[in-house]
Amino acid sequence: MTTQTQTKPEADARTMTGAEIVIQALREQGVEVMFGYPGGAVLPIYDALYSAKDIRHVLVRHEQGAGHAAEGYARTTGKPGVCLVTSGPGATNMVTPIADAMLDSIPMVVITGQVPTHLIGTDAFQECDTTGITRACSKHNYLVTDVNELAHTIHEAFLIARSGRPGPVVIDIPKDVQFATGTYVGKEGIHKPTYRPRTSPHPDAIAATVDLMLQARRPVFYTGGGVINSGPEASRLLRELQELTGFPVTSTLMGLGAFPASHPDWLGMVGMHGSFEANNAMHDCDLMLCVGARFDDRVTGRVDAFSPTSKKVHIDIDPSSVNKIVRVDIPIISDCTEALAAIIKELKARKAKLQDMSGWKQEIDIWRARQCFAYTNSDEVIKPQHAVERLYELTKDRETYITTEVGQHQMWAAQFYHFEEPHHWMTSGGLGTMGYGLPAAVGVQAAHPNGLVIDIAGEASIQMVMQEFSTAVQHKLPVKVFILNNEWMGMVRQWQELLHGERYSHSYSESLPDFVKLAEALGGHGIRCDNPAELDDKIREMIDHPGPVLFDCCVEKAENCLPMIPSGSAHNEMILGEIMGNEIGEAGKKLV
Amino acid sequence: MSDGSAGSPPQGNPKSAYFLSHADEEIERRTLAVMVDNEPGVLARVVGLFSGRGYNIDSLTVAEVDASQHQSRITIVTEGTPHILEQIEAQLLRLVPVGEVIDITKSKRGIERELALVKVAGKGEARVEALRISQIFRANVIDTTNESFIFELTGASDKITQFVDLMRPLGLVEVSRTGVLSIKRGKEKG
Ligand SMILES: Cc1ncc(C[n+]2csc(CCOP(=O)(O)OP(=O)(O)O)c2C)c(N)n1
Ligand SMILES: [Mg+2]
Repeated sequence: MTTQTQTKPEADARTMTGAEIVIQALREQGVEVMFGYPGGAVLPIYDALYSAKDIRHVLVRHEQGAGHAAEGYARTTGKPGVCLVTSGPGATNMVTPIADAMLDSIPMVVITGQVPTHLIGTDAFQECDTTGITRACSKHNYLVTDVNELAHTIHEAFLIARSGRPGPVVIDIPKDVQFATGTYVGKEGIHKPTYRPRTSPHPDAIAATVDLMLQARRPVFYTGGGVINSGPEASRLLRELQELTGFPVTSTLMGLGAFPASHPDWLGMVGMHGSFEANNAMHDCDLMLCVGARFDDRVTGRVDAFSPTSKKVHIDIDPSSVNKIVRVDIPIISDCTEALAAIIKELKARKAKLQDMSGWKQEIDIWRARQCFAYTNSDEVIKPQHAVERLYELTKDRETYITTEVGQHQMWAAQFYHFEEPHHWMTSGGLGTMGYGLPAAVGVQAAHPNGLVIDIAGEASIQMVMQEFSTAVQHKLPVKVFILNNEWMGMVRQWQELLHGERYSHSYSESLPDFVKLAEALGGHGIRCDNPAELDDKIREMIDHPGPVLFDCCVEKAENCLPMIPSGSAHNEMILGEIMGNEIGEAGKKLV
Repeated sequence: MSDGSAGSPPQGNPKSAYFLSHADEEIERRTLAVMVDNEPGVLARVVGLFSGRGYNIDSLTVAEVDASQHQSRITIVTEGTPHILEQIEAQLLRLVPVGEVIDITKSKRGIERELALVKVAGKGEARVEALRISQIFRANVIDTTNESFIFELTGASDKITQFVDLMRPLGLVEVSRTGVLSIKRGKEKG
């Protein structure tokens, strides 16, 4: 304790108001951008922010927008996203992004104002039990009632948000605590004794994994968002390990970009709308190396038919993910970077030969030859798959970042936009939040002012958090919203077609706005395209426009997103394009 | 394969060894001691985890056990298949203020005790019988009127249940139980 105070810079021990402590703590945590919306219970913090010129504040139009923007920022930079919102409705509007960040393990620190301490519990104006409401959907949360605890709490919140399995942390600060004067403490030496995420792999587990790798004839890497969360080094090590072994690689939706899509051993995405080759490889493999993925139901399909003959290794930083859905042979509780490095080291040290995999690769090639993403293109109407393909071709040579909303367009983006690097793909995987993509794009653009940031959207999703387009205009964040407008909640329509006897209950997008006029009304640029022949030129126009663009891409209305593993089916029971209309079991119909 | 053309399924047991169906797993009862930082909301976190994830709580007790370290000990009696119990432990440890989860039942060194206060009203033969049984159970009489007793009793849960059952025909009025407390035998901690 004494040595610490001695080495601490004089400035750390300053006395200041709670509001100033918040700003100083954010500064010390290296926060450059935050997303927020003011209100009565955070006015003191906003006042302190007024003179803090070194922290950029992006004023959103709805607190949900601030939350998703912070998520987008976090996903692309690896740093915690920061939001500041008021009490009551400000806090409740943040609940969706907090839950979203929780399911996708996104580091985020959310500061909410609260009514003064003496009014807590009185149903005061704009009071809500923020810590109560967010308890189940945040990694951790705090109500700070003592100004002298504030600095420590904020530093601890950052530590928890970004370490271990990352997640959202909420700090609720009553207004009187923001006004009160207290002592600032620096971030040095902050730790919480009960919080001890395990990050290094057990050597025995590494050795056993390498044993299995040396015996494997039909191996597959099944990678996920944990590789991205672990940082760029994890993606580099994954590539190195793949180079060493030649094992084929698939990934979850969240993990796209960790392994280059141009690589010959890339199988494409796994899961419900994943590739035929990836799902069959998962089903028939003899060794599954799961790196930072969590056997989500969108990936496994029917669990009792999931990869029946494989040995499974699971690298995950969160022990509760291991053996939760699928029983594994070797659990490795570790950060992906450390585990991958240890496997590479052990494998090199063995100097042993791997098994011949040519038969396996041939089988995979047969699956690949099915061309599961093939679709019939048209001269008359823009096919949504074609639109994403063209978007990819015309933007792949730039520094392009893709976000999405939720629905068919999201899956087409995952299937037809190909990622070479991590941190370039931001999508709401776990919670599946329509309305995520536009604010996330705002956050990504704030992190990469010169990048090309595109939200691949649906016409229904975009209307959920549409107003953030105005945020983009105000802050000169030139995001592009590329709407695959099929005039349907396409994914809902598809399920109704397959599972509910074509009874299209309330899934038609009635009374759509004129997106071009809407863009103009909001101070941006609008483009409409319904002719395949004009598509390329109009995409170029979108890219070249210096400000935010809403692109209304009118596509085929009845297109289904295939292939598909219906809920409750196994990986080798995919519906492919030509055998559309397969029977879906009664049990499967009850699943989501 | 669904289409019969591509690839041949590898040899081996067609029924997955990894099927986590718990239908044929036995339900087990466990007593867990959960060591937590005594901070606001910690009990709500623990209880919310059980209700949110659909786990059972048969009993729960909590109190601060080390004021200087702000440590509380929560003892939870729960039920589930081995797989669920494993998840419960892992999910509890995910909570930031949870430092340790000790499985008292599995340790074989576990001691479990409950305290009960049992009110019995009656006259004559029944009253005498109640008092006689209370002596067998080593219960203390902590309050008495001409027509009633309050017994204080500690012991394993089934002993208390047994006592309460015996009191029922003798004029049982009400029962208050602490729920299970636990600790391990021997000189070591935890
Ligand atoms: C906030 C929210 N509400 C409802 C849903 C359920 N849902 C999933 S996809 C979808 C339709 C999306 O329609 P659109 O944005 O037009 O995308 P498309 O599927 O047509 O590409 C709906 C309603 C959701 N994912 N999120
Ligand atoms: Mg649509």
